[in-house]
Amino acid sequence: MKAEDYRERRIEIEGWEVNLATYKIGETYHCHAGNVSPGANIARAHGTTREEAEQRAVERSREHLSKTRVRAV
Amino acid sequence: MSSYNGVMSGYAVPEVLVSTAWVADHLDDSNVRLVEIDVDTKAYHEGHAPSALGWSWNTQLCDTVRRDIIPKDRFEALMATSGISNSTTVVLYGDNNNWFAAWAFWQMKIYGHADVRLMNGGRKKWLAEGRELTLAEPTSTPAVYRAAGPDLSLRAFLPQVQAALASGAAALVDVRSPREFSGEILAPPGLPETCQRGGHIPGARNIPWGKACNDDGSFKSADELRSLYGAEGIDGSRAVIAYCRIGERSSHTWFVLKYLLGYQNVVNYDGSWTEWGNLVGAAVETGAAKAVAA
Repeated sequence: MKAEDYRERRIEIEGWEVNLATYKIGETYHCHAGNVSPGANIARAHGTTREEAEQRAVERSREHLSKTRVRAV
Repeated sequence: MSSYNGVMSGYAVPEVLVSTAWVADHLDDSNVRLVEIDVDTKAYHEGHAPSALGWSWNTQLCDTVRRDIIPKDRFEALMATSGISNSTTVVLYGDNNNWFAAWAFWQMKIYGHADVRLMNGGRKKWLAEGRELTLAEPTSTPAVYRAAGPDLSLRAFLPQVQAALASGAAALVDVRSPREFSGEILAPPGLPETCQRGGHIPGARNIPWGKACNDDGSFKSADELRSLYGAEGIDGSRAVIAYCRIGERSSHTWFVLKYLLGYQNVVNYDGSWTEWGNLVGAAVETGAAKAVAA
């Protein structure tokens, strides 16, 4: 088996730039959401379609990112 | 430009990198052990390169009781059960541009493994190229392994960093994101805060680790890397202490400076900001990076 249809795109969630990497392995679409800087994983999800996997990853990312506190320096 | 193990080079120690094509050609090589180490420890189970073992960074590559790297006896046991002998060529790769693969590389060098390499581009490049994957976990014939060291010339502890700060004998390179460096956030967005104060060690230069990579996850060319670090005054003429939050991003930068650029005196401060930012009374600087003094 191979990863098929590997694609990446960047979106903004809760004010943070997020990279969505989505691909299909077998019958399952996998989506990994990571912040662009520094590149840490935020969330992962899977689904039967690209849209479903991405939507779930975005929802989970939003939940995590909404907790990030920004301080004045 | 010369090519070594399928990787366009010009790097100081080119044999520490192999291309995805080289790995594909060596999947059945009995002297090559392929190991995947991911930040996302579940990624391996989605599918991984054929014959690749999966190591978990947070259970197998650290001391799970006290905060430390993997103890020597456990390292030897991990190598032995992975079928790795002292003469095995070990190729490491992982997600996030080899983030934790570099951390494993650093630990393998601390314990003296001679031939350890990174697959340039890591898991991302392997997937994007549509290379073969499997769910099958390989079996290993136990090997005999005797670790050397630990070679602590590759690792900085707190007193060494404090001494360097006082004397100016080493350049400090903070490889976190600009907003972690400035103190606006205490951890990468979306991750739990694990320190009491934000900011950076006074005088540190901010060169985020990911700048060393291309979009496909592979390392930038030697000329591009020299330019990136040179612009911040990091040119190999002084000792370097790299740090981040917990020491894994900085092991990636340590790898770049030591092996791709050949700078001799480079150490990874794995205590990093989760140590320094929790110290009572430690000097902390906040705010954005300043321009390099002329």
